[in-house]
Amino acid sequence: MSATAVAQRLKLPRARGRDAHARREAWTRRLPLLPALLFTIIVTQIPFLLTLFYSLFSWNLAKPGSPHWIGLQNYGAVFTDPVFFAALLHTIEITFISVLIATVFGLGLAVLLDRKFIGRGIVRTMLISPFLVMPAAAALLWKTTMLDPVYGIVNWVIGWFGISPVAFVSVHPLGSVIATVVWQWTPFEMLILLAGLQSQDRGVLEAARVDGASALASFREITLPHLRSYLELGVLLGAIYVVNTFDAIYMITQGGPGTATTNLPFYIYQRAFEGFDIGQAAALGVVTVVGTILVATVALRTMFSIFIQDNTARA
Amino acid sequence: MATVTGTISHRRPRQPLGAAVRARLGAIAWGSVAWLAAIIFFFPVFWMVLTSFKPESAAYTSPPKFVFSPTLSQYKQVFDAGMGPFLANSAISTVISVLLVLVLATPAAYALSMRPVEKWRDVLFFFISTKMLPVVAAIVPIYLAVRDVGMLDSIPTLIVLYTAMNLPIAVWMMRSFFLEVPGEILEAARMDGADLRHELSEVVLPVVAPGLAATALICAIFSWNEFFFAVTLTSIRAATMPVFLVGFISSEGLYWAKLAAAATLASVPVLIAGWIAQRQLVRGLSMGAIK
Repeated sequence: MSATAVAQRLKLPRARGRDAHARREAWTRRLPLLPALLFTIIVTQIPFLLTLFYSLFSWNLAKPGSPHWIGLQNYGAVFTDPVFFAALLHTIEITFISVLIATVFGLGLAVLLDRKFIGRGIVRTMLISPFLVMPAAAALLWKTTMLDPVYGIVNWVIGWFGISPVAFVSVHPLGSVIATVVWQWTPFEMLILLAGLQSQDRGVLEAARVDGASALASFREITLPHLRSYLELGVLLGAIYVVNTFDAIYMITQGGPGTATTNLPFYIYQRAFEGFDIGQAAALGVVTVVGTILVATVALRTMFSIFIQDNTARA
Repeated sequence: MATVTGTISHRRPRQPLGAAVRARLGAIAWGSVAWLAAIIFFFPVFWMVLTSFKPESAAYTSPPKFVFSPTLSQYKQVFDAGMGPFLANSAISTVISVLLVLVLATPAAYALSMRPVEKWRDVLFFFISTKMLPVVAAIVPIYLAVRDVGMLDSIPTLIVLYTAMNLPIAVWMMRSFFLEVPGEILEAARMDGADLRHELSEVVLPVVAPGLAATALICAIFSWNEFFFAVTLTSIRAATMPVFLVGFISSEGLYWAKLAAAATLASVPVLIAGWIAQRQLVRGLSMGAIK
């Protein structure tokens, strides 16, 4: 390396030839990467830059005279908007509660599926099915056939236990959205954790059992530490998807009643496509992105080891 | 191996009979719990399919009806209501975007694994970081750009966006499959004087072919189910299946069976593909981080 540096400084003709060769070699390596990289940058990164730019304008598609430059006023409006804070809170609630419950359920189901029993393959197939139902369809089916106050299955079932019917979607709108999300994402967490359980060293578990460790103790002392990176991955990926929940809210509650279930994605959608307010929607988008980057950076740095560990490529 | 089996079979008879029975009962009990959980989780799917074969009068009853005379009329009616083009739009945008993703992601994954570029780690993180940014934050400029070039309500728009949406996942997945190509085989092929094209087509491709299929499946699921872009950027001509379902939002009990029929048709392709490819599903969903 240093020899090339020296050669470069001295501009030796032979060294320059080798340099050109190395450069050509580097470019043949880069070439297969470039189409995907350029495509991703153009389609995903440029819109974000434009969002930043639009957020500095007063621009309403429904009003004449726009757009015009207003500096940071849109941000002032965002941070004094009670609906924004409500939407932020709902986003956190939906993501945190849904991912937490789905992970706990997923862990329980994965432990059940890790044992041998009759019909295990069928049970696994049944358990992953909720994840495979189209989310928009799942949301509508839960709203109607499952949670309907009079004819819904859930009210029929709780009726067996003497509980009187509940109008879930109007009384517990956020709970209804979360129930649908949990139903869909539990299989996802289950599959990842099951992969973790099945990659365990059976010999260690057997040795612990022979040494007289109880099932609970060996689960806590051996299995859970082994599962840590799988739990991290499941939580991270689950959160990435659930934070963007839109289908369930659009289909079940339309953000309502009032703003009781409006999350940030749905609020931005409303500002842009119902309020036609480009500047406001863009400023909301920028704030959402900055918040996501902050949370993601902290989460990745402090909790998640798997992405770093798994990146050992062949040099 | 023989000694291990030996010790176990030696130990078995010495175990008190009660422990064996208890272990057996325990297995049955845990198996039953698993079955119960599966029935609860699967029930809404079962109910969707069952309801789709009901006449509307049997779909909206208390207590719910399990026995009725099945009919296909709901399926006929959703097609009469014009569902066909929505299904076709979903299929076209899914298939073409998946093909595009594979064409772009496969060479990129190769350049991040087998002959890695210098900063492959940074590039990989760039790809994954695009998945962490919320899509909604980009919708305003995307909508305006698409509108200004007159591409609202068109399938190519959806194809481009679905390709971008799935590309990072596909790059990560394909890379993990490339990493599994045994180094020795590559060495041997290179020693035999195989050029790059032969190396790829005769050595690498057969090994990563199942990976390509798994990647295609995952990307197809995400494209097929995609709702946000479809509902914001299409209206009539290019609208996909999830947009067709929007029409049922305010169906107060009148159209439950029709809704169930449409939902079943919308979900069946992914359900069947996912059932068949369960193992690949895990790997795909974890973007290759779990083998």
